[in-house]
Amino acid sequence: MATLDNDRAGAAPWLLSAPALLLFGSLLLVPLLLTLVLSFHVFSDSQGTLATYTLRNYLEVITDPYYGAIFARTAGMAFAVTFLCVVLGVPETIVLARMKRPWQSICLLIVLGPLLISVVVRTLGWQILLGNNGVLNNALQALHITDEPIRLVFTMTGVVIALTHVLVPFMVMSVWATLQKLDPQVEWAGRSMGASPFRVFRRVVLPQILPGILSGSIIVFALSASAFATPSLIGGRRLKVVATAAYDEFLGTLNWPLGATIAVLLLIANVAIVLGCSRLAERRFKHIFD
Amino acid sequence: MKQNGFLGLLFNALFLTFIAAPLVVVIAVSFTDKGFISLPFDGASLRWFRAILANDQMVDAFWLSVRLALVAATVGVALALPAALAIARYRFPGRAALTGFFLSPMMIPAVVLGIAFLRFLSLLGLGGSFWALCATHVIIVVPYALRLALSSAIGLDRDAERAALSCGASRFTAFRRVVLPMIRTGVAGGWVLSFIQSFDELTMTIFVATPGTTTLPVAMYNQIAQTIDPLVASVSTVLIVGTIVLMLLLDRMVGLDRVLIGETR
Repeated sequence: MATLDNDRAGAAPWLLSAPALLLFGSLLLVPLLLTLVLSFHVFSDSQGTLATYTLRNYLEVITDPYYGAIFARTAGMAFAVTFLCVVLGVPETIVLARMKRPWQSICLLIVLGPLLISVVVRTLGWQILLGNNGVLNNALQALHITDEPIRLVFTMTGVVIALTHVLVPFMVMSVWATLQKLDPQVEWAGRSMGASPFRVFRRVVLPQILPGILSGSIIVFALSASAFATPSLIGGRRLKVVATAAYDEFLGTLNWPLGATIAVLLLIANVAIVLGCSRLAERRFKHIFD
Repeated sequence: MKQNGFLGLLFNALFLTFIAAPLVVVIAVSFTDKGFISLPFDGASLRWFRAILANDQMVDAFWLSVRLALVAATVGVALALPAALAIARYRFPGRAALTGFFLSPMMIPAVVLGIAFLRFLSLLGLGGSFWALCATHVIIVVPYALRLALSSAIGLDRDAERAALSCGASRFTAFRRVVLPMIRTGVAGGWVLSFIQSFDELTMTIFVATPGTTTLPVAMYNQIAQTIDPLVASVSTVLIVGTIVLMLLLDRMVGLDRVLIGETR
């Protein structure tokens, strides 16, 4: 007779995950390793990719100010988007948490729903809104706030606005998850001891939701640093970021080894930032996670 | 918790406007009767919705995306479900690493995945194959299917299964008749979420898509990169409405907060 035995797992878990493991090994690990190898290959304008090895691609990306500017622009964009997501997303989540049903569910649906709508659609919306003849500029001119259209399409400001819209739901999700664990009694305790609402927020609520803000910031930063569609459509050809630069090397100039180098560096930077910040957060907030 | 003050509600209204504005604008623009995008416009018509049906490229891309998402979601769930059961019910060395490995496609930038798949498929000579595209999308959706399956399989009451086994049911029967019905919503929710993720995927797909395997997001991206006309807006409107239907379905099935945020209560 078959029985359940929790302790003696044996081969069962490996057998169960074998199909997925096989697929991931052959279709995720191998391609990533091939990309790493590709980044050390030589590219020649006349013969394409050669199977000889070099460190030149890495030297070129690291020393050439052209790529330096692209990496710096990407980091600046990611910082700006993360900052805006904290400033907008955290208060919104606190407001949401204080709402009563059914309004809470409806508002949460409106805030999180766009995550499931294609990023192309959302970016198209911002193109229509931000264009020189767009809705926002027409409204501003009709209200006589400005006389001339403000240039937003093909500027970093436009990219940051649209990208904040795309990514702010991740911040709300992350802070929401920590707010759910918050015991409202603690807040009342602070109030009843005579603390002002602001003091209660700063000394009681904020320290408890800080891990959520931090993990939300990590997600938003990582996603905006590697964003492609929004910077490419709203930023245009000249405002290159790392992801669009890698795309152009691959499908424009066909310099695959250089594109692979940019991809490897993007992956390393991403993993380093995500793991580094998570480790930092875990050590700093150990008492909360335990 | 405390009530919201006037400022809080005002902030909420502005925030929701910010979130909804681009989607509302896309929907509004798609009902124009003009040949270009303008808002406000004088005459409303369904002209640009009829234009979708006349545009073979968009229609072909739409059906390709539907077939791709069906295959990717089904295979993704079929692979993620046993893996989720293994992770949820057994303690074994390497368990955390295995979970991390299966969730890793969410952490790797989509551009990097696109480049890796392009290199891999071109070395194998599989560029432009529909089934190769499906395989890459399976990798993309497995983390989502796994997360939802895990959230329903972890903390599952195992007494019912023990009862079935002690009454003489085989392990497979116990799984099919007892365990599966209990985790059904998580699995079905994972399928719907995987379908949406595959259907919407742009950044990875744009690297591996060829003229013969252009998905709808890639076709729309290519169109928007050149010019924005009311046609892309009407296609977007169809997508928004379709997504809202699936979203409400997900909300009914598993609860949208659970799909997106994970187990919080």
